[in-house]
Amino acid sequence: MRTKDLIISAISNTFRSKLRTTLTVLAIFVGAFTLTLTNAVGAGVSQYVDAQVGALGSPDVFIITQASDASTAGDGPVKYDAASSASVASQQGPPGTTTKALTDADLASIANVAGIESVDPIRAVQADYIESESGTPYEFSINATSAVTTADLTAGAQLDGSASAAQLVLPDTFVTPLGFASAADAVGTSVSIGITDILGAKHVVAATIVGVSLESLLASGAGANDALIAELADAQSGGIDTAVTSYGVAVAHFDTALSADGITALKADLASEGYTASTIADQLGAVQTVITGIVGVLNAFAVIALIAAAFGIINTLLMSVQERTREIGLMKAMGMSGGKVYTLFSLEAIVIGFLGSALGAGVAIGLGSALSAVLSRGLLSGLPGLNILLFEPASVALVIGLVMLIAFLSGTLPAQRAAKQNPIESLRYE
Amino acid sequence: MSSEWVIDAHGLEKSYGSGTSRFDALKGVSVQIAAGETVAIVGKSGSGKSTLMHLLALLDEPDQGTLEVAGQTAKSLSKRAVNELRNKEFGFVFQQFFLTPNVSVLDNVILPLKIAGMGGKERRRRGMEVLTQLELADKAGNKATTLSGGQKQRVVIGRALVNAPRVIFADEPTGNLDTATGAVVEDILFELNRSQGITLVIVTHDEELAARCDRQIYIRDGLVVQHTAARSAAHSAAAPTNTEAHSAAAPTNAEAHSTAGGAA
Ligand SMILES: Nc1ncnc2c1ncn2[C@@H]1O[C@H](COP(=O)(O)OP(=O)(O)O)[C@@H](O)[C@H]1O
Ligand SMILES: [Mg+2]
Repeated sequence: MRTKDLIISAISNTFRSKLRTTLTVLAIFVGAFTLTLTNAVGAGVSQYVDAQVGALGSPDVFIITQASDASTAGDGPVKYDAASSASVASQQGPPGTTTKALTDADLASIANVAGIESVDPIRAVQADYIESESGTPYEFSINATSAVTTADLTAGAQLDGSASAAQLVLPDTFVTPLGFASAADAVGTSVSIGITDILGAKHVVAATIVGVSLESLLASGAGANDALIAELADAQSGGIDTAVTSYGVAVAHFDTALSADGITALKADLASEGYTASTIADQLGAVQTVITGIVGVLNAFAVIALIAAAFGIINTLLMSVQERTREIGLMKAMGMSGGKVYTLFSLEAIVIGFLGSALGAGVAIGLGSALSAVLSRGLLSGLPGLNILLFEPASVALVIGLVMLIAFLSGTLPAQRAAKQNPIESLRYE
Repeated sequence: MSSEWVIDAHGLEKSYGSGTSRFDALKGVSVQIAAGETVAIVGKSGSGKSTLMHLLALLDEPDQGTLEVAGQTAKSLSKRAVNELRNKEFGFVFQQFFLTPNVSVLDNVILPLKIAGMGGKERRRRGMEVLTQLELADKAGNKATTLSGGQKQRVVIGRALVNAPRVIFADEPTGNLDTATGAVVEDILFELNRSQGITLVIVTHDEELAARCDRQIYIRDGLVVQHTAARSAAHSAAAPTNTEAHSAAAPTNAEAHSTAGGAA
């Protein structure tokens, strides 16, 4: 029997018992539908997080904090030393822990670690408002790490770290309130930023908008380049050079050519000095792990549904083999080999699997895309750029392929039974 | 070529089941069939006729005894060669119609060609040719289930015929039919033998049908009880005269003869 004839026969045999096939296909449909949707949620959220966090971080940056050893319970209080512990506990660590802040001495020793090219403290500045020529001031905050990250721009350009002029990347929600016609319109204009110093005096700093960015989950607030941060920090300090400068976090650049192993070694070096270093990828990894975990659990449920469907396929085909005993016997009597009979029934299983999975994936894509569009305009409108269901052709194909594989495996038992049938026994069968 | 075609079986034994439920269906049967012959295997129900036919048609393997098909020992043939032989050289008419329901008459008829791997166009052409020959061309597109018994049996004969076989094995071909339609089906079979030289091996308990054959092999309780000599009408050059030797080996008791006579 030709392969083409085998496939055609398998397809037409599948439709011989329509109700039974439909029910089996329905069971597979549920599994494939769920699996396609959960994968799409995983892909959609991952892509969003990637866009939010991945694009933000430069690959050659460590976020460095003091290792939080001093606060570990059980060691008892640590003796105060004006030189080394001259800093307050910052709020950089997780809730319930305290982290010592970094001092200039710390920065110097971090800079001395081989492989670190530069270290910059992150200086938190608390701006009061922003005001354009239109005159209405708006409350405003600046993202302290914006100098080392890449914004998700809708207009303009990224911040220039080496520029001496004060630059600002404006969140796009400020465009209309500040009186600009569009994001592009805002780029290049000058704005005033109000700030209160530690003595309570008000200052105004001017900055030029170089870009407009989408609001991001992980980095809210406006972006400011080093020059603007320095100006604001100076204003904030009220001209008083505080005795102890302390920073919660520092950003260190390392050699971009460093391998993954090199980065791990460098982290170990910093750890031995008492600092915790993490790359943006590390921080991203934590978020990704959680999402992967959730999607994994959802997928497991879908796979359980598919396993249940697999028993449906086995049952359907066993019934079919039973019903068609004579037909199988006749075909074997007429010289059809056991191998071909096996192939025929396996193909029938695969056809059922394909029908269920293609329908499941198709309906999931249709419904999911509609749902996704509704959600992004409604419930999820606060998260611009989030496409909650992202159907990747490769993963949809993978789902269909997986279901067909499961179907094929389910078909092996009935197909084997059919292939082994003795034609004489089958033809005697009353 | 076809004149050399012969089935030569010696001392075939076949039993079903094992232990206490063991049943010896054939107890040493020797049969020879020459090309172009029409042979009837005659006997009462349960005597082992179908079992013998299945062995001769390579549908089953004997427990004991040798079987030669066209000079080749059946045991020496590979599974694939046996499948090929059944597919290309044999045609089958079983005790029941075994037509696939919900499939057209034409598709039922061309099943052996499909199994043989023949192309779709050629298959249909050959199928229509056979259906025309059997005066069923107008039913080609009908579902097999919509036909009458006689028409069904003609479709079955068409299916047996479509691969232009050398031998057609027919197990009770008229058993399911009334006398009139049975006679039509018989005529078709004998006409095939006459016009195309197809060897017929017909299993039957119908003495009238058996009498139309060149030769009759009477079976009782798994043994050949009587061979009739080949009539002059036999097309074969190789006259199966040595069959007498084997029927002599069988217990030729009085009962055996009475059975043969009683079935008439
Ligand atoms: N698969 C089988 N298992 C057990 N007994 C069988 C089987 N096939 C046939 N028989 C027995 O073998 C004997 C001969 O059967 P069969 O060749 O079909 O007889 P016939 O065709 O002459 O009526 C019968 O008694 C039947 O019951
Ligand atoms: Mg029988």
